[in-house]
Amino acid sequence: MKPATTYPERRDDVRLLVIDPTAPEAPAGAALRETRTPALPDFLAAGDLLVVNDAATVPASLRGHDDAGNAIEARLIAARGDDRFSAVLLGAGDWHQRTEDRPPPVALPVGARLQFSREPSEGSRTLPRWYAPSKARRLPTRHGTLTAEIAARAPSSPRLVELRFAAGGDALWAALYREGRPVQYSYLAHDLPLWAVQTVYAARPWAFEMPSAGRPLSWEILLALRRKGVRWASLTHAAGLSSTGDPAIDAALPLAERYEIPAATVRAVTETRARGGRVVAVGTTVVRALEGATAKDGGLRPGPGETDLIITPAFRPRVVSGILSGAHAAHESHFSLLAAFAGPDLLTAAAAHAERAGFLTHELGDSMLVLPGALAAAPKTRRSASGNAP
Amino acid sequence: MNNPVAGSNVLITGGSRGLGRALGLALARAGARVVLVARHAGELADVVAEIRAAGGEAHAIVADVADKNAAHAIAGQAAAAVGSIDVLVNNASTLGPVPLRLLLDTDCEDLDRALAVNLVGPFRLTKAVAGPMVLRGGGTIVNVTSDAATEAYERWGAYGASKAALEQLGRVWAAELAGTGVRVVNVDPGEMDTRMHADAIPDANRAELADPARVANEIVALLQAEPGPAPGARVAIRTGPSGTEASP
Repeated sequence: MKPATTYPERRDDVRLLVIDPTAPEAPAGAALRETRTPALPDFLAAGDLLVVNDAATVPASLRGHDDAGNAIEARLIAARGDDRFSAVLLGAGDWHQRTEDRPPPVALPVGARLQFSREPSEGSRTLPRWYAPSKARRLPTRHGTLTAEIAARAPSSPRLVELRFAAGGDALWAALYREGRPVQYSYLAHDLPLWAVQTVYAARPWAFEMPSAGRPLSWEILLALRRKGVRWASLTHAAGLSSTGDPAIDAALPLAERYEIPAATVRAVTETRARGGRVVAVGTTVVRALEGATAKDGGLRPGPGETDLIITPAFRPRVVSGILSGAHAAHESHFSLLAAFAGPDLLTAAAAHAERAGFLTHELGDSMLVLPGALAAAPKTRRSASGNAP
Repeated sequence: MNNPVAGSNVLITGGSRGLGRALGLALARAGARVVLVARHAGELADVVAEIRAAGGEAHAIVADVADKNAAHAIAGQAAAAVGSIDVLVNNASTLGPVPLRLLLDTDCEDLDRALAVNLVGPFRLTKAVAGPMVLRGGGTIVNVTSDAATEAYERWGAYGASKAALEQLGRVWAAELAGTGVRVVNVDPGEMDTRMHADAIPDANRAELADPARVANEIVALLQAEPGPAPGARVAIRTGPSGTEASP
């Protein structure tokens, strides 16, 4: 499977592979159906609950240099306080190179100072097209620099650091939005603007990569779900980076991530389960937050927390019934977490189908829904998996 | 549903002057956490300092709502400062160059600029801010409009057209969001004693113009009203001239 290299023309119109682990066993195709995301409401039922991660995506890539002029990119990975973030340091280059091909940054001791600024040709310094040259006035000067020092280095890797910024609070956030860019990877064809990495319900900027399973959800789809009697709930989960290029750090990903679960969401989950409805998590981060909170406290409770739960095939979810996810190839680590929701044979068939059908992966790609009973109630008129295979 | 202003998070564009400034002061006094957006850092810092000196909570975001890249930056900074936004006031407006000109004399770029600030800016920012309101099942969008949106005043064509279109966005948002708990209201504050008014009509008799502070109090009352205005309603606020004794 190939990664999507640009965003789809419409956020809510990409391929959707529906995987129903409770469908009759043979043939495997009966448990799979390929459709498109606008049909998502067909596969949920009144009384189900859709839980999304409402974290907005921070422009978490900062490019700059140390005092000696060595090029450094910092990718923020976790908030640590008013003026501090954990960050991964990369050397010269930018997202066009694969992270694993980037030269490592120069070794920097605790106390080393870094200065970040956005390149001159980009974004807010460009005069708006609508303004004729004769009327061009000086736009307010937006560029500047953002200074930080290395406050600590992780034992696992000298590239995993805590940055203390010269400013905190509102001033730091203003500087991050001014100087930062979304984290992106080499398979993409162009710079990602900030809007392209936000879900339609993005609220607090907690995520360092887009909680992208929810990217295809438009208000058209969400309101159609509601009309059908499907409830929504949200939580906020600080999704970190998926890849850093440093084997020592990558082996430890995902790091512990913070979340906050509102009381209304806990109520909605409890009521849904009590009435026999299904709790559908939109993305891994929602599974991690809900299951992590449940495992830790012996029951789902509202409030903030931090989870280092990793969903493996052996994991048995206690709260979440199914997951809406990006499309993943069988060799990706994300794919293995789907195994918590469906058996290996069905997933192998699903991966083979997605491969044949040319599904696109990663944050701007296609979708998969793994949900028990998804195909039981859905109209049969849509293309079946076997009928659509090339 | 009750609509308490106290403890709510309010985002106001055009927050450094006129009605936006007055609304920031009034809402902070009523216990809201306010986030003010404006282009000019110095003036904005003064308003924030004034609110804080009075014991209120205020945050500044320096941005131009007409900048296509600003919407998510504003929404993100605001949410980082105070959390999810409960009330968005689309107040920032431009008249374009003054003295105002007849529509046939108005430069195309000046119409573009009026639409960019008064219409497209609110469209983008509302897209970025209203989503989490819908998800949570509550929130209010206030579009500040003008009687120039409904009356054909000579020389107010570009401004009036932008405000008429903004009002229509408000009505359609209200229709589409019916039942979600998110309210949309178009508020016409009337003729106020502001710099914008002085720019447009320098020889106006200021004693006949409304005090923005009193208009702001009326808008705070409107936000707290139970039941509030009908979805998508156009509410005209007429406090009377500054010199009269109309109650705040």
